[in-house]
Amino acid sequence: MIKIPTNVTLLRQILVSFIRNEVEKVGIHRIVLGLSGGVDSGLSAMLAAEALGPGQVLGILMPYKTSSPESLAHAELVVRSSAIESLTIDITPQIDAYFDRFPDADQRRRGNKMARERMTILYDHSARWNALVLGTSNKTELLLGYGTLYGDMASAINPLGDLYKTQVWALADAVGVPEVIVQKKPSADLWKGQTDEGELGFSYRDVDRLLYLMVDERYSRPELISAGFPEGFVDEVTVRIMNSQFKRRLPVIAKVSQRTIDRDFRYARDWGR
Amino acid sequence: MSFRVAIAQINPRLGDLQSNLALYEEKIRQAVKEGADLLLFPELSLTGYFLRDMVPNVALKLSSPEIAQLKKLSREVAFVAGVVEESSDCRFYNAAVYLEAGEIRHVHRKVYLPTYGMFDEQRYFARGSRIQAFDCRFGRMAILVCEDLWHPSTIYLAALDGAMAVLCPSTSPLRGLAEGQTHDENARYWEMINRTYAETFSLFMIYGNRVGFEDGVGFWGGSEIVDPFGRRITKAKYYEEDFILGEVSLESVRRKRTMAPLLRDEDMDLTINELMRIRERPSELTKVRPSPFPLPRRERIKGEGSRVKGTSASSVEPLKGSKTRKKR
Repeated sequence: MIKIPTNVTLLRQILVSFIRNEVEKVGIHRIVLGLSGGVDSGLSAMLAAEALGPGQVLGILMPYKTSSPESLAHAELVVRSSAIESLTIDITPQIDAYFDRFPDADQRRRGNKMARERMTILYDHSARWNALVLGTSNKTELLLGYGTLYGDMASAINPLGDLYKTQVWALADAVGVPEVIVQKKPSADLWKGQTDEGELGFSYRDVDRLLYLMVDERYSRPELISAGFPEGFVDEVTVRIMNSQFKRRLPVIAKVSQRTIDRDFRYARDWGR
Repeated sequence: MSFRVAIAQINPRLGDLQSNLALYEEKIRQAVKEGADLLLFPELSLTGYFLRDMVPNVALKLSSPEIAQLKKLSREVAFVAGVVEESSDCRFYNAAVYLEAGEIRHVHRKVYLPTYGMFDEQRYFARGSRIQAFDCRFGRMAILVCEDLWHPSTIYLAALDGAMAVLCPSTSPLRGLAEGQTHDENARYWEMINRTYAETFSLFMIYGNRVGFEDGVGFWGGSEIVDPFGRRITKAKYYEEDFILGEVSLESVRRKRTMAPLLRDEDMDLTINELMRIRERPSELTKVRPSPFPLPRRERIKGEGSRVKGTSASSVEPLKGSKTRKKR
């Protein structure tokens, strides 16, 4: 059974350094992030606290009326154990106001609206508090497209974006995220009983092993099947990655000039920093 | 001949020449204070690395006021600067400039420009076309930049051209985790080749890398000096700014080459002959591919005594039917 190379000591050192460097070089000293009660935001909060100091980190809890009380309790637990600043904003009024007009909206639309509402709150507070928005999406979610475009995927910097979920768990454990959070089943909590693995149809540990070989090690399809992954699983995941590529790119711009943004107009985000 | 080398493991600002020049000045003062004779700055440390479309904005002609400023500073201590050099015909080079006593003594333009994975150098830079050792007040040295060293041909050429120490300005990104290591996989690979080259070519490897992040890419630091016996004389921190010093004694080169005269026994003509044969070898898919250039005439190497052992001009037989061969 292949093991994804993980080095929690090195990861912690590098990611803390990354947060400090990429925040401070733009002349800012604080970050805001959404605290869902999950392991990704819990870990991100603790790394940010270590990088910038707990007083420079604002965790915003944004429950909806159907959010599980456990999620809120876990988010509060993260606040207490990391000593960061926090704020709770119930998003029920604004979400319900909107869907009163469109009562036929399905679960997916409602879930996405909530994710985007949370994003707008984070960005508003980043302006209010002169902070950067810290993203908490991990590599597994990003590759599978399991996130809301311009919702939870939106951020200024993202320390976990190159870590598979399996690695997030290992690092969270090492950094001291409360055990109950590390151990629980991941869930976007956008509707009752939702779990990531239920929605995806496979476990994170299984898909991470596949993704690691497919993406990091560039195994071909025959090699993956020889490695023991069922053909159907390999194909399903491949299709998911392809079909979600649009979420990982800027919007497609029609090229008509000699120099087009992101195609022949190429500069680093850290331009002049 | 013994001299003190300093390595400035810095975190430059991307695209900010003025800020980096000030940083250079600060490190030069520090080198002088610590009694260093020679100071190594990392690759492209005057400009930052992921320049992309900024390359023309930070490019410097060797006649520019910024280079003039560096020349002036080199009166205090000799140093290697990492710059974007603009040639008179508007090409941009990833270059390392060696300055000593107020003058430019040598420029190495990076030959091997990584353009794969996360790298895009050949899009912006012209390739260098020389690998040469040069003489300076400390002896005969060479400069090879980062990816150059991932091609063993370059260190081979530098060693055969007489270099006793190789200065390696680098801008090497951290990547690849392995269990139980204090540094990433890329760092491990570099340390292996620095040591292998030092011992195999019996010379000093003086390796200078940077730290910091650009657009989320971190650089692993870990600068070091390795002696001809493969021993690390000095080592900088990983991932953090640092400033290290080491004594380089060329006597070590003499002792190593006395114990194991690998370079003396290297048959350069054999290498040349076989390379020429391999170059003319027909590929599976096409017929004999003519050389892009006429083949060089066979002649003994001029200079400090030929290392050729009894080979003559006729040792390379022209391939029958090859159109580019001169009639003999």
